[in-house]
Amino acid sequence: MPFIANTVQQQKQMLEEIGLTMEKLFSDIPKNLRSGSLNLPDGLPEQEVRNVLADLADKNSINLTLFLGGGFYDHFIPAAVYSIISRSEFYTAYTPYQPEVSQGTLQAIYEYQSSICRLTDMEVANASIYDGGTAMYEAMMMALRITGRNKVIIDNSVNPIYRVMIESYTRNLKIEHVLTRCETGLVDRDQILGKLDNETAAVILQNPNFFGCVDDFSDIAEAAHKKGALLIVSCYPVSLGILKTPGSMGADIVTGEGQSLGMPMSFGGPYLGFMATRMQHVRKMPGRIIGTTKDRNGKDCFVMTLQAREQHIRREKATSNICSNEALCAMTALVYLSLLGKEGLRETAQLCADKASYAFNRLTGIGGVKPYFKAKWFFNEFVLDLPKDAADVIGKLIEKGFAAGFPLSRYYPDMKNCILVCVTEKRTKQQIGMFAEALESVL
Amino acid sequence: MIPKGLLYTKDHEWTKIEGDTATIGITDHAQNQLGELTFVELPDIGKEVKQKGELAVVESSKAASDVYSPVAGKVTEVNSQLASRPEIINDDCYGAGWICKIQITDKGSIENLIDASEYEIYLKGL
Repeated sequence: MPFIANTVQQQKQMLEEIGLTMEKLFSDIPKNLRSGSLNLPDGLPEQEVRNVLADLADKNSINLTLFLGGGFYDHFIPAAVYSIISRSEFYTAYTPYQPEVSQGTLQAIYEYQSSICRLTDMEVANASIYDGGTAMYEAMMMALRITGRNKVIIDNSVNPIYRVMIESYTRNLKIEHVLTRCETGLVDRDQILGKLDNETAAVILQNPNFFGCVDDFSDIAEAAHKKGALLIVSCYPVSLGILKTPGSMGADIVTGEGQSLGMPMSFGGPYLGFMATRMQHVRKMPGRIIGTTKDRNGKDCFVMTLQAREQHIRREKATSNICSNEALCAMTALVYLSLLGKEGLRETAQLCADKASYAFNRLTGIGGVKPYFKAKWFFNEFVLDLPKDAADVIGKLIEKGFAAGFPLSRYYPDMKNCILVCVTEKRTKQQIGMFAEALESVL
Repeated sequence: MIPKGLLYTKDHEWTKIEGDTATIGITDHAQNQLGELTFVELPDIGKEVKQKGELAVVESSKAASDVYSPVAGKVTEVNSQLASRPEIINDDCYGAGWICKIQITDKGSIENLIDASEYEIYLKGL
């Protein structure tokens, strides 16, 4: 991408032309979300600028042993993933502009869609969207279109970051949000069924939920369907190596964050939103879909299908403003899944669950450390109730080289002493032991 | 060939009024512009529409267009054959390719429609 500098004079001209000031131009972005100044002196040589920025970057703790999850997970990424996706034939961020001449890219996306369908047990998947939160928002909008209703029930055990995103996306739309509260670790059936009525478009849940607990939503799917509502389930793809699939629970739309499928954890992404549904709803699903057909010589080929629902054709009537996909991230997920294979994914999931279970027993053996929820089943994350403020404990453990987990009070004010701990297949028994000792020493 | 006896809209819908019932479809011009239809999203029976309200969606490989209701009323019947064979609209848009029937609730809304000769003049001006 070329770097095009504009002078103060040009900026002034442009602003005058549109009748705004710089402040007004950015007024829709809250102040706390705008980037601050790096306070660089004027006229510094490039080499010195690099040094200053490198020093700033070094302030990040990058070599911590990670017990931090909460939607993004530290899984092992085979080196072959990078080698394959870095090939120039595949190295594109989006669906190509002349898609049909890029048969290889379309085939890869088609295979990605197929793997998402097999993973979730659903009938059709799109070519991917931005991230897990966007996918959930789009699924909700899809449910509103399908049902012609405008009430949604969402449980507070759904990733709070996704809930904030939905709130932000829908602030100016007439949608009734009903928030139910998860008290035991599993969603409260009485609350959800009590709120479910003939006005409800969808029930939005997550499995494993944000607290790591594993549930089976088959009963909620059935109840929702009786009222003509849909069940939307967000899931953690690696967990599907061993857990019951959302498709077999009766979910109508399945979404999730695909970062765990071969993508590193990084500030702000790029990440991968996946989305799958039943064939009957395919025309209401946003995003691109790659299909197969025969060319004029009768050979199999790949095409973009159902484009007529998209923004470049339907304008404001489009199913979504999303007209592309996260091509490289989808490719990464496909390569990761292909390299692991069915057995590999199952083993990875089992290792995560076993190691998390070991860590849970080891950590709850520490005096004063208790499991917070009654629910027994978790995948690779669990909530611990500490005898002290969780954020303080996490701060002290960073000094000892551990990212101890997620302080839940950030989104759940009454969970001040609670920490969400995550264990992936990368953590060793020794690391878990050292983490337990470190935790014990700061309590 | 624009059939006499039907009423038309400038959005290229036709309707045939029989008592309280309006049968609705899209015109030959409309199907021709869209090309081969691949999907028709039919309204639910019982759906209430205003005149010019969104009634159905017709989709071809190059576009998806809304079909607006020529009259105000309530959907009483849909042409369910179109669900599996949308191309019937291309073959016979004024006959077997009808989309739905509406029980008219506001007879006054009919007065806004144009007849075949007016529609023909309108098409020539496009």
